[in-house]
Amino acid sequence: MKVTYYPGCSLEGTARDYADSIEGVCESFGIELQEIPDWNCCGSTAAHSINHTASIDLPGRNLKLAGQLNNADLLVPCPLCFNRLKAAAHELQEGNGHGFQTKLPPDLPKIWDLANFFATGEMLQKLSSGLKKPLEGLKLVSYYGCMSSRPPKVTGADDFENPQSLDKIVKALGGQPIDWPYKTDCCGASLMISRTDMGFKMVGKILEMARRVGAQGVVVSCQMCQSNLDMYQERIEAETGKFFGLPIMYFTELIGLACGLPGAPNWLSRHFVDPIPLLRKNRLI
Amino acid sequence: MQPSLSPDFSFLQKAEAAGPFNAAECFQCRKCTNGCPASFEMDLFPDQVIRLAILGQKEEVLRSRTIWICASCETCSTRCPNGVRIAELMDYFKEMSIRTGVSPAQPHVASLHQTFLGNVRLTGRVFEGGLLPAWWLKSGQLGSKIRSGGIRNEMKMALKLFRKGRLATTPKTIKGKAEVGAILRSS
Repeated sequence: MKVTYYPGCSLEGTARDYADSIEGVCESFGIELQEIPDWNCCGSTAAHSINHTASIDLPGRNLKLAGQLNNADLLVPCPLCFNRLKAAAHELQEGNGHGFQTKLPPDLPKIWDLANFFATGEMLQKLSSGLKKPLEGLKLVSYYGCMSSRPPKVTGADDFENPQSLDKIVKALGGQPIDWPYKTDCCGASLMISRTDMGFKMVGKILEMARRVGAQGVVVSCQMCQSNLDMYQERIEAETGKFFGLPIMYFTELIGLACGLPGAPNWLSRHFVDPIPLLRKNRLI
Repeated sequence: MQPSLSPDFSFLQKAEAAGPFNAAECFQCRKCTNGCPASFEMDLFPDQVIRLAILGQKEEVLRSRTIWICASCETCSTRCPNGVRIAELMDYFKEMSIRTGVSPAQPHVASLHQTFLGNVRLTGRVFEGGLLPAWWLKSGQLGSKIRSGGIRNEMKMALKLFRKGRLATTPKTIKGKAEVGAILRSS
């Protein structure tokens, strides 16, 4: 199966681990990723905050280029990129298009949040039948963040207050998804950089709740959430005097692990809070 | 004496023409404020921003911390029973404050956005390795970061990322960078 792929800028840098796990998993499931030719940055939070026109035309250019590939599906791993591509499609198709440069091709591929793509009935079945090492006994909370769900008018999500995709994937992999109340609470996103004090409070609250409900780790699909919860965890522990010790793992890494893909231990070794001891304890590595 | 206030409805009319944001539908239920994960740092609560916008209190809105503290998590817009696009209106005010030269109450937040777009304009994609140093320079934080020793935390993180193969050291330039530049210039 061929699909169009929009990795987004951070998957070429700080989320290289996520990118590698996606490529490895897709290859093993016979999904051929074709990158949008010459794609550009979606504009991210910066564009939609201070330049509305660019926040539509930047992702608009990517949608236009996606039209050059003849695939029915466009997979987007970064929830913010997903959100901006959906917002551009929404604005350019539903709005009057006034004031924007982009002219969209008549047939756009279906824009998928990557976790939702892997949580369809058909894909879950494939995951279950490809299991080599079920994630038995691994208690995980799924943390979705904001952008794959909200606002539902743009994302098309119907379970936006209580999304299920990652929980379903964990379950299909033999793990134990734990229900919890902070699935879609905000991690602060780029405020972690510009208002680090705020970021620490927002992430600290999320990590504390994950701990309280008895999670051994957190599964994510967003590289921004991943880096905010993972890279700063030790500093938040030092500042608050609380211990979290929670590995923050991408769902694609867990798919790789449970399906026995050779790259998985390497992908998982590139985080700040090391998941390896937990996975060893559960005899998964 | 009663405090007096002269409403200026043209402020919201102009905003709605650019939106629409449906702000006039607000009936002050405060569902936005109650669900806001960033309200702890705001000087005006989201429902107050909407009320002040309806009354045309431009200065209070554009000079508020709130519009910059908003993390655009979209919880408010999602939960509003009247379809007010609160988070999108916050963005509109951010952009307006920059365009009309109102100095932002959270200058570092604003300058990070500006640095980011400047970075995209150069190559068509974000080069993470260049973003933070450029922002420290632009926002005048480099000196204080060095003096306070805060730079050490940043360098430690960068080194760790580099060791794990997660720090790109050269920017990637796309063929359509002029097109991207035109999008960012003309708008």
